[in-house]
Amino acid sequence: MDFLTLLQVLDSTVRLATPLLLACLAGLFSERAGIFDIGLEGKMLMAAFLSASVAFFTGSVWIGLLAGIAASVLLSVLHGLASITFRGNQLISAVAINFLAAGLTVLIAQAWFREGGRTPSLIGGARFEPVTLPLAETLAPVPVLGPIYSELVSGHTILVYLALACVPLTWWVLWRTRFGLRLRAVGENPAAVDTAGISVVGMRYGAVVICGVLCGIAGAYLATGLQAGFVKDMTAGRGYIALAALIFAKWRPWHALGATLLFGLLQAVAVRYQNIDLGGVVIPVQVMDALPYVLTVVILAGFVGKAIPPRAGGEPYVKER
Amino acid sequence: MDRLPRWADIVLIPLVSLVLAAVLSALVILAIGEDPVAAVQLMITGALGSTYGWGYTLYYATNFIFTGLAVSVAFHARMFNIGGEGQAMLGGLGVALVCLHLPLPHWSLALIAATAGAALFGALWALVPGWLQARRGSHIVITTIMFNFIAAALLNYLLVNLMRPVGAMDPATPKFPTATHLPTLHDLLAPLGIAFSKGAPANVSLLVGLLACVLVWLLIWRTRLGYEIRALGHSETGARYAGIGPARTIVITMVISGALAGGMAINNVMGEAERLVMNATEGAGFIGIAVALMGRNHPFGVLLAAILFGFLFQGGAELALWTDIPRELIVVIQALVILFTGALDNMVRRPLAMVFAALRKGREA
Amino acid sequence: MTPPVPAIELRGISKSFGPVRANRDISLSVAPGTIHGIIGENGAGKSTLMSILYGFYRADAGEIFIGGTPADIPDSQAAIAAGIGMVFQHFKLVETFTVLENVVLGAEDGARLRPSLARARASLQALADEYELHVKPDALIQDIGVGMQQRVEILKALYREAGILILDEPTGVLTPAEADQLFRILDRLRNEGKTIILITHKLREIMEITDTVSVMRRGEMTATLPTAETDPAQLAELMVGRKVLLRVDKTPATPGKAALEAEGLSVIDGQGVERLRGIDLTLRAGEILGLAGVAGNGQSELLEVLGGMRDATGRLRVNGRDLALTGRAADGQARRAAGIAHVPEDRQREGLIMQFQAWENMIFGYHHDPALRRGPLMQNAAIARDAGVAMQEYDVRPPDARLAARNFSGGNQQKIVLAREMRRDPEILLVGQPTRGVDIGAIEFIHSQIVRLRDAGKAILLVSVELDEIMSLSDRIAVIFDGRIMGERLPGETDEGELGLLMAGIEGTPDKPAWQAVEDAQFAQAEAVEKSHG
Repeated sequence: MDFLTLLQVLDSTVRLATPLLLACLAGLFSERAGIFDIGLEGKMLMAAFLSASVAFFTGSVWIGLLAGIAASVLLSVLHGLASITFRGNQLISAVAINFLAAGLTVLIAQAWFREGGRTPSLIGGARFEPVTLPLAETLAPVPVLGPIYSELVSGHTILVYLALACVPLTWWVLWRTRFGLRLRAVGENPAAVDTAGISVVGMRYGAVVICGVLCGIAGAYLATGLQAGFVKDMTAGRGYIALAALIFAKWRPWHALGATLLFGLLQAVAVRYQNIDLGGVVIPVQVMDALPYVLTVVILAGFVGKAIPPRAGGEPYVKER
Repeated sequence: MDRLPRWADIVLIPLVSLVLAAVLSALVILAIGEDPVAAVQLMITGALGSTYGWGYTLYYATNFIFTGLAVSVAFHARMFNIGGEGQAMLGGLGVALVCLHLPLPHWSLALIAATAGAALFGALWALVPGWLQARRGSHIVITTIMFNFIAAALLNYLLVNLMRPVGAMDPATPKFPTATHLPTLHDLLAPLGIAFSKGAPANVSLLVGLLACVLVWLLIWRTRLGYEIRALGHSETGARYAGIGPARTIVITMVISGALAGGMAINNVMGEAERLVMNATEGAGFIGIAVALMGRNHPFGVLLAAILFGFLFQGGAELALWTDIPRELIVVIQALVILFTGALDNMVRRPLAMVFAALRKGREA
Repeated sequence: MTPPVPAIELRGISKSFGPVRANRDISLSVAPGTIHGIIGENGAGKSTLMSILYGFYRADAGEIFIGGTPADIPDSQAAIAAGIGMVFQHFKLVETFTVLENVVLGAEDGARLRPSLARARASLQALADEYELHVKPDALIQDIGVGMQQRVEILKALYREAGILILDEPTGVLTPAEADQLFRILDRLRNEGKTIILITHKLREIMEITDTVSVMRRGEMTATLPTAETDPAQLAELMVGRKVLLRVDKTPATPGKAALEAEGLSVIDGQGVERLRGIDLTLRAGEILGLAGVAGNGQSELLEVLGGMRDATGRLRVNGRDLALTGRAADGQARRAAGIAHVPEDRQREGLIMQFQAWENMIFGYHHDPALRRGPLMQNAAIARDAGVAMQEYDVRPPDARLAARNFSGGNQQKIVLAREMRRDPEILLVGQPTRGVDIGAIEFIHSQIVRLRDAGKAILLVSVELDEIMSLSDRIAVIFDGRIMGERLPGETDEGELGLLMAGIEGTPDKPAWQAVEDAQFAQAEAVEKSHG
């Protein structure tokens, strides 16, 4: 593999890792606060659809982004209603949300566009365009570092840089602020938070809404950054892969970056090479398709270290007498 | 907390949840510019207005009986098996291998062999997540979801590369031999002098599904294993106290659950398509979740809920045919049913409990 | 001289949960700078009353005055603002946080954390010096012992400038020496002008430390007296409403052959911590061996090993026959087959399936019995009939076999477990915390049943954190500390002081005061844990 090909694969890795990273950080906020969320998939899907639709109608990708975030937050609040207010089963609630998104997106897309559950292709201002970083052109001829800067670092959409910036931001919020201390506490022992005079319900809704915002950005990126429009089931299990990355990362932001880049790399390789020929043994494309899911199972099985989730995760908080 | 009378818990709550789901679905239909009343009429005539419609409704219901039972058996051990879809896909593979490769002289023998093949392959596909949950603590929900994706990739590979007849474009197996074709309800009812549509796919698998309901009922409430499954579902420490091995019981439960989900393949693969195609399951594995929740994890409830969803599925197909409402409407309804019967249970329950408490007080006063 | 304005005054507080009237027209006045005890049985309404004071519940009726002004306490935040601090029976600490972070949580100075932590560190030092509340600010809660955790809880309240401190059953998890250490601190707090409400069901503690005492029974405040003018017998009578026997009637034991012998039983848990470090124990037929110890010192693990819930290494013999200690041959079924019955410590999580009906619970653990089946099918109706009879025999109220376990009171749930375990005539009975959360009437019944089984020549291992229960029921007492048996004593030849020191892991007479020895031990333990983290 030559240097340029490598750069292209890595470039594609960053693009494909971005929605995973945003969704993974979304899950991190939610699960650190004790609300399990296997509904990242549905929220992303809904956001992808609505952002693409609104961007198409208005011609503005930014309004589309806001619409996508709003849609995702709405589903988050529904998840909060079920799992925080009504103390329902968080897994079942999220499964319902995933189906709701899968059904509604196609239903509405059909009603609005009549193109078999997709939006028309987005063009111009209705998409996020790549951002060329300063001096990218000038530095391109510099050996090694030049191409890395101009091909790999520069030339992504703004959302990619935003996602990367979210990593240190998430770390800072969770470990260096009052809000973060309380959020982590509510995922470990809500009773401690409650008796300290802080609202458990408020903290958890806060976390769930942040989760919705990040999922919304992830979905919008899929439909208006990575691709040019919405197609049916376009998240294709990314929400679940993000969840696996979260477990792999043991609920820590920097590790989440590493984990999502790894999954992004797998996807990039699968996209680029259909059937890989390894010295006569041909690896069929289906193996590459299945690889992220297989890897997730291997990670979950703890063959690469034991992950301990937040202690109060998945359990509704009920005040003790 | 105030408790509901038993009948309200079993009948009223699912009914209220269903009404809520129906009302919201009607609003969705209105919002996309269609007429909900006309839609319901169309669904009823399409699904229940003829023996042809009934034949499809019961055909779909048979699928959902299997997947609904699968989810509910796992629920009794507090395992959330979302992998019914993948297990049913693998069940289809089992059926295809049996029908294509075993010399089976008569459909009855073929049915027995295919049921075994379907159950075995479905069970194997659930065994791995079950074992991983029991021994490695991997979350069953996420692993079973992953196994759905892996199953799809596996079937894609097998159908495209290995099982497709030479020269065929379609990623599907050849037609199964005629001897393995199952009798439809038309064939079964004709000797009794009852006319039933010849074109509808409902077949003898329906009877196997009913038998499965009875067997699951016996298993859960009348056997030692069922007792242990339920005990484990309520309390793992309790189970260990009583000498019920949690890991062992989890694996056994998942195997039974997977076998039931896989069993569905005798209906859709053997009874209807008579060959294995891509996406043969059509989401039935997921509908099993809604069916189990709606049926309160009781085989009889599952049966009723399966028929209801069979009606919705067939009705939805009719809608897609005659109106601009796509089949995904059924996914929305399914989501709403899961939401109300599963996650928002307390939202439905609390006001009802208050009503009953007030009634009780009124009676006492 | 007019009496000082009460620090807290309650007038006519009532609270109902559905049909249960947890508090009825309760009035109470606590003078500032005093320790006021509230004593009562489990379920008498003490915790409900304190939860109302701390804003967990709203009273249905009544008024609260803090320092003479009416106070409305809708939530914990309001309680904290009113100067009330609460130390719950089950600590409300975040295990994965440091001591400092726990103190700061909810009382931060601003949005950024670091300044808050810095201020808390300084203030913690000052409080530690003032009240002798010594803690390690940077240790994780999960690494320090319960004694220090409790001091963290007190510091949390003081950091929030609480003038009134409520402690709910604070000594339940402490050794007698640790309790003394706590009482020294409480005394110090009182001298500094803090007002303290001490909730307990232990008469000894009331007599030792309080200035005044209120007695609660069935949701009502039955009396408030100066402690100096009352005695334990009077308080006990006020608590239960009739004269009670504090002693168990029993004849001297006639121990027979060794029924159960354990040698070098050791357990290492999932985190790699040694829970049992070579337990040697002999249990004889016809005797009650009491195992005393503070909760968390390995007694639960020992019961689990003997009852087949946990793997172990070492050797275990029953009537001279070796039993397996790992795998399926060592599970609960195998133990029951070997004649070991087990009344577990936590009946709600272990001994019963709360959602199961009584008859299903009456075969729990014995459900393998082939007599319960015909072919593969269990004979549910016959099992239920039989369960009904057993429930009559063991005075379970109501004796309705079709009622779910969760619908019985604590005492009656325990009777269901006892009926199940005793009725099959076991050779050996393991009993954990037999009277935890059980009303006095049921306690007498349960104790008499245990003695009856002993008199029938069975071997009984009694595990309890209630030293009184151990002292009055046992024929022989072993003390467990940190996974080891510290020693054995005969009840007639020892006292609470000696057992208490053994329970704290101290043998012989120490050269410094008991509380000091205990505190030193706590710090040494926390440091050892820290070192093991590297």
